[in-house]
Parts: sequence; structure tokens; C-alpha cells
Amino acid sequence: MLDFPLLSIMTFLPLVGGLIILAIRGEDEEIVAQNSKHMALYTSLFTLAFGLYMFTRFDPSVSDFQFVEESGWLKGLGLRYHLGIDGISMFFVLLSAFLTPVCILASWDSIQNRVKEYMIAFLALETFMIGTFCALDTILFYVFFEGLLIPMFLIIGIWGGARRVYSAYKFFLYTLLGSVLMLLAILWMAMNVGTDMTEIPMQAAIPVDIQKWLWLAFFASFAVKMPMWPVHTWLPDAHVEAPTAGSIILAGVLLKMGGYGFLRFSLPMFPEASAYFAPMVFTLSVIAIIYTSLVALVQEDMKKLIAYSSVAHMGFVTLGIFTATVHGVGGAIFQMLSHGLISGALFLCVGVVYDRLHTREISRYGGIVKNMPRYATVFMILMLGAVGLPGTSGFVGEFLVLLGAFQTNMIIAALAATGLILGATYMLMLYRRVIFGPPVNTDAITMPDLNPRELGLLVPIVLLVIWLGVFPGVIMDKISLSVESLVSNYEDRTIQGPHQPKDTLEENKENDQKMDAAQ
Amino acid sequence: MEILAVFSPLFAFMVAGIFGKSIGDRGCQFVTCAGVILAALTSILLFFDVGFGGHAYAKEIAPWIISGDFNVSWALRIDQLAVVMMCVINIVSACVHVYSVGYMSHDEAKGRFMAYLSLFTFAMLMLVTADNLLQLFFGWEGVGLASYLLIGFWNHKFSANAAAQKAFVVNRVGDFGLALGIMAIFVVFGSISFDTIFEQVADKTEVTFTFFGHHVHALTVICLLLFMGAVGKSAQLGLHTWLPDAMEGPTPVSALIHAATMVTAGVFLVARMSPLFEFAPTALMVVTLFGATTAFVAATIGLTQFDIKRVIAYSTMSQLGYMFFALGVSAYGAAMFHLVTHAFFKALLFLGAGSVIHAMSDEQDMRKMGGIWRKIPFTYGLMWIGSLALAGIPPLAGFYSKDIVLEAAWADHSWFGNYAYWMGIAAAFMTAFYSWRLLIMTFHGKPRADHHTMEHVHESPPIMLAPLLVLAAGALLAGAVFYQPFVGSPKAGGSAHGEAVTETAHAEKPVAHAEKPQDKAHNQTPATKIKALSADISAEMTEALETVKEMDAEIAQGTDRHIFWGKSLKILPENDTVEAAHHVPKWVKFLPLVVGTLGIALAYLAYLLSPGVPGRIARMFKPLHILFFNKWFFDELYGQLIVRNARTLGKAFWSIGDQGIIDRFGPNGSATTAGKIAKALSRFQSGLVYQYAFVMMIVAIAMVSWFFFKSGLRDLG
Repeated sequence: MLDFPLLSIMTFLPLVGGLIILAIRGEDEEIVAQNSKHMALYTSLFTLAFGLYMFTRFDPSVSDFQFVEESGWLKGLGLRYHLGIDGISMFFVLLSAFLTPVCILASWDSIQNRVKEYMIAFLALETFMIGTFCALDTILFYVFFEGLLIPMFLIIGIWGGARRVYSAYKFFLYTLLGSVLMLLAILWMAMNVGTDMTEIPMQAAIPVDIQKWLWLAFFASFAVKMPMWPVHTWLPDAHVEAPTAGSIILAGVLLKMGGYGFLRFSLPMFPEASAYFAPMVFTLSVIAIIYTSLVALVQEDMKKLIAYSSVAHMGFVTLGIFTATVHGVGGAIFQMLSHGLISGALFLCVGVVYDRLHTREISRYGGIVKNMPRYATVFMILMLGAVGLPGTSGFVGEFLVLLGAFQTNMIIAALAATGLILGATYMLMLYRRVIFGPPVNTDAITMPDLNPRELGLLVPIVLLVIWLGVFPGVIMDKISLSVESLVSNYEDRTIQGPHQPKDTLEENKENDQKMDAAQ
Repeated sequence: MEILAVFSPLFAFMVAGIFGKSIGDRGCQFVTCAGVILAALTSILLFFDVGFGGHAYAKEIAPWIISGDFNVSWALRIDQLAVVMMCVINIVSACVHVYSVGYMSHDEAKGRFMAYLSLFTFAMLMLVTADNLLQLFFGWEGVGLASYLLIGFWNHKFSANAAAQKAFVVNRVGDFGLALGIMAIFVVFGSISFDTIFEQVADKTEVTFTFFGHHVHALTVICLLLFMGAVGKSAQLGLHTWLPDAMEGPTPVSALIHAATMVTAGVFLVARMSPLFEFAPTALMVVTLFGATTAFVAATIGLTQFDIKRVIAYSTMSQLGYMFFALGVSAYGAAMFHLVTHAFFKALLFLGAGSVIHAMSDEQDMRKMGGIWRKIPFTYGLMWIGSLALAGIPPLAGFYSKDIVLEAAWADHSWFGNYAYWMGIAAAFMTAFYSWRLLIMTFHGKPRADHHTMEHVHESPPIMLAPLLVLAAGALLAGAVFYQPFVGSPKAGGSAHGEAVTETAHAEKPVAHAEKPQDKAHNQTPATKIKALSADISAEMTEALETVKEMDAEIAQGTDRHIFWGKSLKILPENDTVEAAHHVPKWVKFLPLVVGTLGIALAYLAYLLSPGVPGRIARMFKPLHILFFNKWFFDELYGQLIVRNARTLGKAFWSIGDQGIIDRFGPNGSATTAGKIAKALSRFQSGLVYQYAFVMMIVAIAMVSWFFFKSGLRDLG
């Protein structure tokens, strides 16, 4: 299709940029910092330009993977370097490429120490993010997926707030737990069904009881990433301590990896197990929506509140994915993309006032609509997007997810829909307490309004949020075919039931025992 | 044309919202007023075209959400129901826009205010012209947003913000039902476009949903869910608590949103979905009961309040109750009729109250008013017109619509229809009573305001009074003019009613024209345009009425309401209570008028002739008075039951669930252990990185060796 490896360029361009920054040396700290910043920005903008090119060249009439690159990697080990995207992953790649320059610009003034390293960390992060979404080989996926944690961990641990160590540790502990189990599952699959992510779903070769174990192993990793209740407690802490840009990536892209994983692994590779465990996922999702919404209601820290709201929003995503309906899955993808933009921008908004007043305490603000009218407007639109007002991107995803859920189970849909009410409650309360009200805090009401840089960051996102809300076809048209083929494959498998020749089953069992022994 | 009628307010909003700073307050006021007046003119043209010409149509603009078999477009549905709503919305909105230029002249954010008003108008138009339920939902939430922004317009006031938030959240409770209703419709009908749904209704009456093993009638469930949305938006009992609080917003907002248009969206929704409700008798019964009870309860509260705007707010709630029980007995035309007349006289009352508040230097407490009628005679006169219309005194608008509503309820001949009738009669009595209580307390008696305020009392500027005249013309005429097409003549030829109507219409015509010369003095204001417009409207409407009469003559046996509403309302023949309403006994027709007059007389007796009476009565029925005065304790109940519990639960989940259980036994437990080990390392943070790298390395080694091992095995095997 293309005569140059677009996805590889997108994946590794940031890393190359990072290496170049590494080479920047000089006597003057200031100049080094400036150069690194510019270098990082241009690199990420180039990547974004490639991403937009990819967007225009993407063919929505094909449900197969596109821009595929394949070559032997470590041939002796049977490892292959295999990249490609379909409708589902394309927008995640684009989202990552879009949010990275946003992050770099967001940190322009607020990061003062070790700027060079910071920029390298972000570029490395971009490589890992894009790599994760492009990888079509399970081992390669694992490398990117896990590698991602290192820069993220550093960003929280080094440039974070006061309790950064605790938070970074918590983050690490949770993700580690999941990753180890996932690795075992990937290894088992490499032994038995291979590592090609495009092939495995077609083979239908994994017996159901093994599927269940594999499903659980992957679930452990993805559920932590989502994060789902009750393994969500790392998120508020990580958000609170992470620098603004860290929060943007965390909320914008990192949380989507869980959802993406469910779509890439759980549903297509273990459909029977997914159907088996779906009620459990529904229950956890509904708990997440209601429980974390209520918790968000009593938060005093802006970032914590938004973090908890993210958990609730991700509850909609998991709910949608496991309905395994066209609406549910499409809605979940849309919701993830929309949430990536909205919550990323909301964290940016928190960063704006944090840079001015150095506190995230809600009660330290209030009445700032007078001195920051532009900020108030931007925040308002984002808040409405988070609440899921029709006409913003937040609505489309939520509605489709609920529609899918309603088709599957009305009670679940009704319970999940209470999230609409609770969501409105905590977001409006946050907005009211920060933006409106009598001007009691004198330092808050003398803060200057958004500067051109901040405005330039937020306005495009705000416009995107509205644009996608009014014309969601931009995304829906491109993902629909991939979603439909995913869902129809799932339905074929779950309705016909497992059709396994007996001997494979036994062979697999033996393998399983071997693996147990190996452990 | 329809594009102009719907999107010019949006355009005005965007211009005023984005370029507000550069075009200045004047610019914003001009753009928004012009936008809405243009919309009003075009919608009047549409009204004649569609309403009397019968050219209903739908127009698709762009695709919206397409996901598999779920396919929704942005589309405008211009049918009879829509054009009636469009006219009401745009005319009242134009009046309110112009009025606001005067009312908000001392405010510092005039541009923003005007922009929000236009945004509201646009959202409301989207709601009524929607061709599918999702676009309706868009408008539905959009008006909620505009209402939120406008209630909290004075955003430095804590109470205003709290009220705005409450309005949004309580509305969301209703929206929750509506959203589920929409989904249920999709599941049952496979589409959410009105035409597709309505075509299939008759085939789907047997469909059931299963809840925990029980089969329930799907259409009933759907209708009840939709009605839940209506209850929220139209402030019916249970979800009404936001409406009185919404009076925190500037008065023009109360007139436009919380009296004339937004709160009637629920009525519109039920009327729009009439083809469904017709097949769900249980749902209709529930609608009737809610409406009737709301009409009564709200009226009792209205009797005891002292804030002038709150009295009118409770009266709005009560009148909405009338509309709902009219819907409940399948008298959709009557409900829409009352909606239209109510929009005019209630907006008039609110704007009149605004004029009073303006005159009294922002005082809203009626206990601090009194004795000002000589100082603001114009406002006083207009308030009289509004109150007479509200109390249902002929020949004003409210008389016609309230009568037909009550008659239809009685004519339903069901227990809940009777319940609604008697509740309605009781409410009609109270309505008249509190309306005159309001008039007397505000304008008559000894001045109770302080000397300073009294000296400042002044008539409002022409720009505020001119829109009031338009509304007053509506309050005077709308009933007589629209009686015929909306709930039109009975089968047995021209009744006494019908003839009286025509006479009244003709009699009022000169009045509307006579108002014109007064206005010449302030030719410069946009008010002139409106004035001319209003005269045109009344002239045209009289003409239209004549056309209808002719049509009526042609189709001797036909009922012209059927011609007017066309396919936009569906009434099963056996449910046609509007028809039956024309044949009820005389006493049923006259009772509302009798109790109304009685209410007025009693109010005079109690508040003007012997002012000690109200206090004595209040003491005599102390428990009742406490109940009414405290609004039946709904706020307290919800505060205790829901708001507090939600917060307690949230705190408990956070401190006990998240921190106490999950963290303690999860990461913190292991963190302590690991922390001890990590202490050995000089720098904890980098120590962690090493740990992680270490784990990664081990994992990588394990992986690689496993592969070697495995491939080795394979080679051997």
C-alpha cells in the first residue's frame, strides 16, 4: 500500500528524537533545556504529521490490518517484527501522536529541573505507546506494553509531587502483578498457538477451560490498566502526584491500553471465556460506575476528583466491550477516544491553575470566572463533555455503550445509567466550587487568564470535543468495519460453541500440565 | 425557511458568544434580538403554511450517529405540533430578548446574557423540530444546559449556583428515564425515528419485557420511562423541587424558560409520542394522576408563599399539572392549547413581576410591597390581564383552554379523570385566590417598603413594556383565536361556544391596533418592530380563522381540529375526550368559572377588606399551613434521604473501601514489606526503577530461555 514503513517511522521517530536530545550537551543548563524542548516538540509534531497522513490514507472499506510490516526479528526464537493497524487501533495511534506534543507544550514552563531527561522520557513514552497499538505479535506487544511503564514510572517518580514515591510504588506494584500473569499467558500461547495476533483469533484452537485461565491472566493485566474496581486505587494517587503532562498521558492513553487489550486479546482470542466472564465484568463495571462516582463526590482535591471520574468512565468502556454488540464495542472505543481528549484536557485545566497557585485543593479556588473568563469557558465545555451532554463527544460513546448494554441486559443498563446523574453531580460541583461562587480567596481571583500557549493547547481539544459530538461519523465510519467483523466473529464462536477435536484438547491439557510443572 | 427559523438563534449565539467583546453589548443585543425576531417571523410563516395549509414535512440535514443498525440523522421535522411550538418559542423568546435589553441594562455581562438566551432558544427549537428521539434528547439536554447557565447567571451568588446545579441534576434524574426510554424504543422498534416508530406501534402492543422473570408490557414501560423525563423537565410532583429554586435566575429567564417554553417540553414530549401513549392506558393513567396531584399540591403551596416570583413559579407548576392530566385523558389538543395560552399569560405575568421588581429596586418579597399601583399603572394593568387569563375569566385566553382541559377530564368518565377534574377545580379556585392575593399584596394597601425604595418606584422603560403588550395581546386573544383549530367545534355544527369565539376575536382586533399609536414615541427601539409584528399576527390570525371557518363550512361534519393537527397527534377513536368534552353537562362547563370568581372575591375579602383574616386562618389550620408553607417538605425529605446519604456513602467508600480495605490489604501491605528492603538502597526512588528493571530483566531471561528450551524440544521431537 505504501512504499515506506509508515508505522515503524511513527513508532521509532520519537525514540530517535530522544537519542538526539541525549546527545545535546552544553555548559549552559538553560540552553540545553531550551534545545531539548524544541527538539522534543518538533519530533512529536513530525510524528503527528505522519499520523495525520496515516489517517488520510487509511481505507475504511477494509476490515483487515493495513500498513502491515512484517519481518523476522529474532528468527531463531520464532519472534517476528509485525506491525499493522485496523480501524480500532488507528485512532489510538492518532490519539497518542496528538497528546504527546500537547504534553510537551503543557510542560513548557512548569518543568524546571532535568528538562532534558524529562523530554527524553516523554519521547520514549510515545514510542512505546504507538508501538503497543501497532504491534501484531504478542511478544512484541508485550515488550512495548511493559516498556511503557518505565518512562511513566520515572515521570511520576522524579518529576512528581510530594508523595511521588508512594504513588510510583503503588503504580508499579499493581501493574507488575498484572503483567506477570499476562506474560505467562503470552508464553503459553507462544508455545501452543503462536504469537501472531492476526492468526490466533482465526484458529479457534484454544479449548474453553484453558481459555478461561488465559482470559483471567490477561484480565489481571488489563483490569489494572483500565483501571477496574477494585484494582483502581493506584490511579488517584498516580494522578495526584504526576506532573500535569504525566496525568494527561496517564488518563489520555495509558488507561486506554486496558480497553485496547480487551478488544485485541480477550474478545477475539478467547470469545467463549469472554462470554463466560461477561456477567462478572458487568458487575464490576457497574460497581465502578456507582462506587467511584460517589467517591468522586466527596473529593477535595481536583485531580483526585477527575481521577475517580475516569474510573467511572472506564466502567462504561468495560461494560460496552463485553456486551460484544456493535453498539457497545463501537461506543466503548468512541468513549475511550473521547475520554482521552476530555480528561486529558481537564488535567491540563487543573495544571493551568496549579501553575498559578500551586494547589489542587478545590476550596482554595472559587469565583475565578471574573478574572479568567476564557478559562471558565474552556473548562465549562470540557466539563459538559465529561458529563456526556449531547453535542459533545462524551455523549456519543456513553449513549452507544448504554444502548449495547440495554440490548444485553436492561437492569445492568439502568444501573449504569445512574452514572449519568452522579457524573453530573460531581462535575458540576467541582465546576461550581472552582469557577463560580463568591470571590473569597484573594490570590485565586487575581490569577491571570489563559496565556496564548495554554489557549492554543486547549482550544483545539475543545473544538475536537464539539466536532466529534456533532459529527461522530469521523470516527465511527472508520472503525465500523473492524468493529463489525470483531463482533460477528465473536458471535460465530460463542453461538456455535467450542468445536474442538478431542485430541487437541488433550494435547493442550498436557501442555498445560507441562507449564504448571515448569513453574 | 425552516433552517432560518431554527438556526438563526444559533448563529446569533455564536456571534454574540465568540465576538461578544469586539461587537460590544449593543452589538450583542442587536444580533441576538434580530436573530430571534427573524426566527419568529419565519416560524409564523411556517405556522400558516403547515398548520393551515397542511404541508407537514421532514428535512434531513446531516448524518449524526451511525453504528451498525443504529442510524440517526440531524433532521428537522416540521409538522403541526412542531410549528405550534416554534411559534410559541420564538414569539415569547423575541419578547423576552427585547425585554432583557431593558431589564439587564444595569448588568455588566449583558452580552453573555443575550447569548445564553439565544442558545436556549436554539436548543428548544432543536427539541421541538427533532425528527428522532435522539435529536430531541439533544435539545432536551441543551435546554437543560441553557437553563443551568441562566439560573446561575449571577454566578457570584452562592444561592444562584446551588439552584443552577440543583436544576441540572434533578433534570438529569428525569433524563435518565428518558434515555432509557429511548433505548427501550430502539430495542422494541429497531429505530428511533418518529415515523418508523409510529408506523409499527399497532403491531407491537403485545411485546413484553422480562424483569426478574416477570413479563411487563413493553409499551407501558417505554411510556413510563419517557414520562419520567417529562416529570423532570416539566417539574411535576417528585422532581419539581428545582423549579422554585430556579427563580434565582434573572426574571426574563424565569419568563422564557421556567414558564413559557422549557418546562412545557415534557408536555410536548408526551404529545409527540401520543401514538405510543394511546396504546399504553396504564401509562396514561399515571400521567393523569401525576398531573392532577401536581396541579393541586402546587396550588396549595402557591397560597402561602411570599416571594412574588415563587408564587408565579408554583402557579406554573400547577398549570403544567393541568396540561398533563389533559394529556393523560388523551386530550392532547387541549393540552397543547393550554400550553400555548399559558405561555403567553405566564410569560406576561413573569415579565410584569420583573417590571415590579425593577421598580421596587430588586425587592421580591410581597410583604415589602403594596400601594404602588398608582405609580406603575401600566404594569398594574398588564398584571391584571395576566391574572385574569390565569384565573380563567372569559374572554381571556386561560378561560378557553382551562375549560376544555377540565371538561375533557370530566368527559373521560374514568375514576382518574374524575379525580383530575375535581383536583383541577380545587386548583382553579386556589389559582384565582393566590393570583389576587399577589395582585393585592403587591399593588394595593399601605406601602410596606421603606421610604427610599418608594421614592424610586417608577414605570419601566418602553423597551420593557412593548414586549409585555405583545404578550398581553396573546393572553387576550390566543384562547379565542386558537380554540377553533386546536380543540375545534363539535360535530353538531357551530356551537354557542364557537360563535362567541369569533365575536370576541373581532372585538379584540381593534384593541391590538389601537395600541399601535402609543408606541410611535419610541420609534427607534426594536420594540416597534415587535409591535407591528404583533398587530400583523393578530390580523393574520383573524384572517386565518376565517379561512378555517370556510373550510369548516365546506366539510360540514368534519371537525377542524382533526384537520389542523393532521397526523401529528394520534387519538384512538374511543379515547377522543376532546370530542366528548363538547357534550358535557352545563355545570361541568361553568364550575371552573364559578370557583374562579369565588377565589377572586375571597381574595378581596381576605386581603383588602379585612386584612386580619389570612393570619387567623393560618393559625386555625396551623399544621396545614406549615405543610403548605414548607412546600410539603420535599426539599427536606430529599436532603435527608438522598443528598446526605450519597455523601455519606461516598465518604464511606473512599475511606473504608479504598483506603481501609483495598489499599491496606493490597499495595500498602506489600509496600511496607518492600519498603523495609528498599531502605537498604541509598535512594528509594531510583531503587524502585532498579527493581523494575530487574524484574523486566528476569522476565526477559526467563522468556528467552523458555523459547530456547522449547524450540530445542521441538527440534528434538
